[in-house]
Amino acid sequence: MGYLAGEYDVIVIGAGHAGCESALAAARMGCETLLLTINLDMIAFMPCNPSVGGPAKGHVVREIDALGGEMGRNIDKTFIQMRMLNTGKGPAVHALRAQADKFLYQHTMKETIEKEKKLTLRQGMAEDLIVEDGVCRGVITKTGAEYRAKTVVLTTGTYLRGKVIMGELMYESGPNNQQPAVKLSESLRKLGIQLVRFKTGTPPRVHEDTIDFSKTEIQPGDEKPKYFSFETEYMEHANNQLPCWLTYTSEETHRIINDNLHRAPMFSGAIEGTGPRYCPSIEDKIVRFADKPKHQIFLEPEGRNTKEYYVQGLSTSMPEDVQLQILRSIPGLEKVEMMRTGYAIEYDAVVPTQLWPSLETKLVPNLFTAGQINGTSGYEEAAGQGIIAGINAARKAKGEDPVIIERSAGYIGVMIDDLVTKGTNEPYRLLTSRAEYRLLLRHDNADLRLTPLGHEIGLIPEARYEKFLQKKALVEGEINRLKETKFRPDEAVQAMLAGLDSAPIQNTTDGLTLLRRPEVSYADIERLSPSPVELTDDMKEQVEIQTKYTGYIEKQLLQVERLGKMEKKKIPDDIDYTIIHGLATEARQKLDKIRPLSIGQASRISGVTPADLSILLVHLEHYNRVTAARGS
Amino acid sequence: MTEDTIAAVATALGEGSIAVVRVSGPEAIERVAPLFKSRVDLRDADTHTVNYGWIRDPRDGTIIDEVLVTVMKGPRSFTAEDVVEISTHGGIVAVQAVLELILRTGVRMAEPGEFTKRAFLNGRIDLAQAEAVIDLIRSKSNRAFQVARKQAEGALSKKIVPLRQQLIELLAHVEVNIDYPEHDVAEMTSSAITGTCLDVKSTVEQLLKTAAEGKILREGIVTAIVGRPNAGKSSLLNALAQENKAIVTDIPGTTRDIVEESVSLSGIPLRLLDTAGIRETSDVVERIGVERSRGALLDADLILLVLNHHEKLHEDERKLLDELVDRPVIIVVNKMDLEGHLELDEIEARFRKDRIVSISAKEGTGIDRLEKAVSQLFFGGSIESGDLTYVSNARHIALLHQTIQTLTDAIEAANSGIPIDLIQIDLARAWELLGEIVGDSVGESLLDQIFSQFCLGK
Repeated sequence: MGYLAGEYDVIVIGAGHAGCESALAAARMGCETLLLTINLDMIAFMPCNPSVGGPAKGHVVREIDALGGEMGRNIDKTFIQMRMLNTGKGPAVHALRAQADKFLYQHTMKETIEKEKKLTLRQGMAEDLIVEDGVCRGVITKTGAEYRAKTVVLTTGTYLRGKVIMGELMYESGPNNQQPAVKLSESLRKLGIQLVRFKTGTPPRVHEDTIDFSKTEIQPGDEKPKYFSFETEYMEHANNQLPCWLTYTSEETHRIINDNLHRAPMFSGAIEGTGPRYCPSIEDKIVRFADKPKHQIFLEPEGRNTKEYYVQGLSTSMPEDVQLQILRSIPGLEKVEMMRTGYAIEYDAVVPTQLWPSLETKLVPNLFTAGQINGTSGYEEAAGQGIIAGINAARKAKGEDPVIIERSAGYIGVMIDDLVTKGTNEPYRLLTSRAEYRLLLRHDNADLRLTPLGHEIGLIPEARYEKFLQKKALVEGEINRLKETKFRPDEAVQAMLAGLDSAPIQNTTDGLTLLRRPEVSYADIERLSPSPVELTDDMKEQVEIQTKYTGYIEKQLLQVERLGKMEKKKIPDDIDYTIIHGLATEARQKLDKIRPLSIGQASRISGVTPADLSILLVHLEHYNRVTAARGS
Repeated sequence: MTEDTIAAVATALGEGSIAVVRVSGPEAIERVAPLFKSRVDLRDADTHTVNYGWIRDPRDGTIIDEVLVTVMKGPRSFTAEDVVEISTHGGIVAVQAVLELILRTGVRMAEPGEFTKRAFLNGRIDLAQAEAVIDLIRSKSNRAFQVARKQAEGALSKKIVPLRQQLIELLAHVEVNIDYPEHDVAEMTSSAITGTCLDVKSTVEQLLKTAAEGKILREGIVTAIVGRPNAGKSSLLNALAQENKAIVTDIPGTTRDIVEESVSLSGIPLRLLDTAGIRETSDVVERIGVERSRGALLDADLILLVLNHHEKLHEDERKLLDELVDRPVIIVVNKMDLEGHLELDEIEARFRKDRIVSISAKEGTGIDRLEKAVSQLFFGGSIESGDLTYVSNARHIALLHQTIQTLTDAIEAANSGIPIDLIQIDLARAWELLGEIVGDSVGESLLDQIFSQFCLGK
């Protein structure tokens, strides 16, 4: 039977994108940490698209890096293509996106984990949680090993009672034919944790040599790429990037799909899980947008040392034979060989409103969950939660208060607050439009937003922090210098402005005012008045962004300040909503279920009206005064 | 605790001879001061003083009303914040205009029960009264909710909803460009943004100008009382005036040209045309051929045709009934205290029953029915005396003005080449402002729009 296999501070179950960040964070914060996973060859595996980043997702990777996480560094080491998206738009939505060498990505992450001092990596299937007096104390594996710990983080991805579906074929499985975790799901249910069934899917993979690239459009990477990690300065492989390729579905594709809809599990009722609207299968797209004559298909290499190509845009759970017909109806893929079949996968997820913003479950203290198990989709979303769950599991193990990232401080904060406050009825994907302070949550300022926190909790080493402080000081210094630098309406200045189609100045004007003109860039100012100290491109960019958009930025900061007062009004843990006179029934039920930590969080619960909030405030004031009276 | 500054009408509307607008919060004095024309600058006024002067629209210098302004600096005030109370003449028109002006300075409309809530939170109300405070908030907001729901079905709402749809489609497009940059959705251009914004803006401007409710609130219902000399027009007017709810004041300094008198009927302001003529009992029916009177009749929002119950229909009156059949007319059958000779059947055959009201001006009976009929005609019967409808309408007007400003910002930004994700901030704000009028919350609906409008995915 069982035997005691080890004692740790923190145990992380699952070594996907969430689990890796969790385990590394906990270990780096000084906790003895165990990372337990079903298959050691699947660490940081990308079961779907071989890419990292993009709008909002790329922002999260920067935030993870700013906090001292690994995803940014790992993708910088292993990308095969890097592209900055949205460069024609404002700085807040510039978004870095990398194509990964999928296999190298895994191996590099595994190596990092293996080298981490306080981190133990172990293959094993967790089947049950050890819960004593209602508190989570460890896990038991299929082989009977009992691992005990102060805190446990579950990052099980799509493995929980996973079921793969291709046409008429259906079988229990994790992603990519991995063993699913069936018993763990049952043990969660027994603890009273409510689970939902979600669905996601992946397209087929095809062989490079059977693609006719001449019928597709090339999509190259950036010549001088930026990197995800604030620490990465240069990568040799930036000079040797692989392109992606763009093609489109044809009329024939649509005909094949329409003719075979009766065999599509999406429409036959075989799929019960809720799939995401933003990631529909090709059959879904063709049914819902019947008027659209063609859909984009991107062909993406899965790595440098493989012939496998990922067919982005063709996620499907059609039967295998139909998938092949669909593929071959696409220009460039007429003779394509399919290497892996696309499939849909259903899995159990935890209803995320059962979590505190620390990602600890409300029902079972010391048990944390992160990643796809919390109803999200995407590697970056998983990793973003992973680092927070790891940090908070470590802090709890050390007897410290949890860290919560505000909505105004990061997309990670937006995501977690959305999940635990509003829940989700489909796999949750981050979008920049989910952030109300989009202008503050920029790609370029993730370090300014989060590195001080990363340092405070012990994830950012001193040397890196010193460098960060120096950067910050230099940027501030340069902004001050420009403010003090006066440009007289002399020939040089007027010539510069004329060259930019900018109106001449009438009076002496300071550098910041000039830089605020949309057509004037930092480089233009720099030519007339270079900084006395040397600044990196990143620093110059900071000066420019902080100056140019100052009006908009200040408006949002003001908003943050106003709403921040609501966030600071804390609600005590032991509040009893059932006795608060005057609350509407719906509000009472929701508040009791979500148990918000602040009035700010309460205000974001749907069904809680301003009147309910007022009543809650009056009640809290009453409570505080009574408590104060008792205390004195 | 620093909070924003709020305002609301603190007295029941349409009743009483004065009405009070209360402003509370850190900027109360600063916001009201520029609107107050007086020998005293409110910023220099001592606390707990009453100051005499006028409320003036700073945009064009129009005098809104003659007022008394009380300044109470925190913490010695009801809410323990700086409080300014403006006492205006009673009725709707003046207090409405004053509140609207204040809201336009960026002061927020108070939530139901919010003054009391602040008083409590700031320690001005005894602990024992916490429950009473909660009850007040609950009941006030329930009532506000009901009013809001009625409004959501109202005429204004029907105009706003399509505007919001236009904006959200634009927003969804902008968001898709940002969140799916490689997707084959055309890039939103600044000219497309400008086009939609101008479109929405001009409709909002139109709404502000012509929206019946807005007009009624700002100017009152332009009312013509017509009838033969002996029908009892004067006594009807007197009856209205004697109902103790008449304002009977001219609106000082305003530019309204033909209005000479205004009365408040169940809280609804009526602006009477040609009142002087009525008082002199000149024969309006005989003058109907006169161009000016005909014009006045055509301009009227409401026509009260007074008939004499004691006499048979006169030929002039028949002619008038013909002309008025499609107009917003209420047939007031007066002198019900006398024996009836009027051909009521003939009238009832041509006019809806709820447009015919029997009264006795002499005995003061039936005025309540007249009130109901007017209310029915203009508000579908949904208005109540002292109803929050008025208050929230001041809010609507302020919101519509803010919407115009926000759209103007968006247009300017688009024209000067500001990136779309920054213009989006103004677009989203305009959409929210309009949403506050129809009572729609923000949240998921944008995402719903994005995913129903565009085919996205990997």
